Amino acid sequence: MQEISLNILDIAQNSIRANATLIEITVEENPESDLFAFTIKDNGCGMDEEMVKRVSDPFVTTRTTRKVGLGISLLKVAAQQTGGDITISSTLGVGTTIRADFSYNHIDRQPLGDISAVMVSLISMNPDIDFVYTHKYCKEEFQLDTRELRAILGEEVKLSEISVASWIGEFINSNLAIYGGAK
Amino acid sequence: MKSIAELEAIKKKVLDSVNLRKEREEGVRVVVGMATCGIAAGARPVMTAFLEEANKRNLSNVVIEQTGCIGMCALEPIVEVYVPGKEKVTYVKMTAEKVAKIVSDHIVNGAPVIEYTVGAQK
Repeated sequence: MQEISLNILDIAQNSIRANATLIEITVEENPESDLFAFTIKDNGCGMDEEMVKRVSDPFVTTRTTRKVGLGISLLKVAAQQTGGDITISSTLGVGTTIRADFSYNHIDRQPLGDISAVMVSLISMNPDIDFVYTHKYCKEEFQLDTRELRAILGEEVKLSEISVASWIGEFINSNLAIYGGAK
Repeated sequence: MKSIAELEAIKKKVLDSVNLRKEREEGVRVVVGMATCGIAAGARPVMTAFLEEANKRNLSNVVIEQTGCIGMCALEPIVEVYVPGKEKVTYVKMTAEKVAKIVSDHIVNGAPVIEYTVGAQK
């Protein structure tokens, strides 16, 4: 993966596969305290303790098409090469939270990349799932909650409508640009 | 800066076109592979390009969906186009640059772009 946002897109697929109805994605940037982190929290099916221990092994996957699952392994390497790491906590029937910590200033820390395109992909391709995207940059905070968008759009207009998806992308971009975050 | 209030106007526009659409048959489905292999190979810019192209041309009968890994990771990004009443067409090694031609030739004019399909792979 060339951007951290692509890892976010990839790891969020696990939440979708876990039948989550709400996925909360938070990105935190704080150059002063050398912090760059993201968290993906879902209310999907969760995993038992044994599985949580094994998921970062590339040869562990629940799918049956092949025997490898690289998503979490790739993220783990990306975090560890900056001196960070990932933490996963999960409860069966409750959901899973995965957090990745990076050193903000480390030369090997990949850029966040096009996070608005990632959120547009997630939201428009999974119009029945709710997403909350929170972006914190030092003390600034931006949040997009699809439940608010749904309240305005009503039942007939779906989040997968092309014009709605385009607007979401512009909305995230214009808000993130204010404080120079998302680098 | 954009505000959430703008959504009201978009809603109105969409609702008008939804009413028109009801009289037409079912729309075109564009399905993008979004597993680790697809994402790493560049599925996101491809998906974004379809969205932009469809928005630009005001194609309200197109839906863009995602799928997992279909087992041809080396050919990712893979996009399947389903036109109602026609056979599925599978495009491989997709790039954002290839999208405009697929939208204009295949989705708008009904002629699949053979050279981008999995069948044209050697």
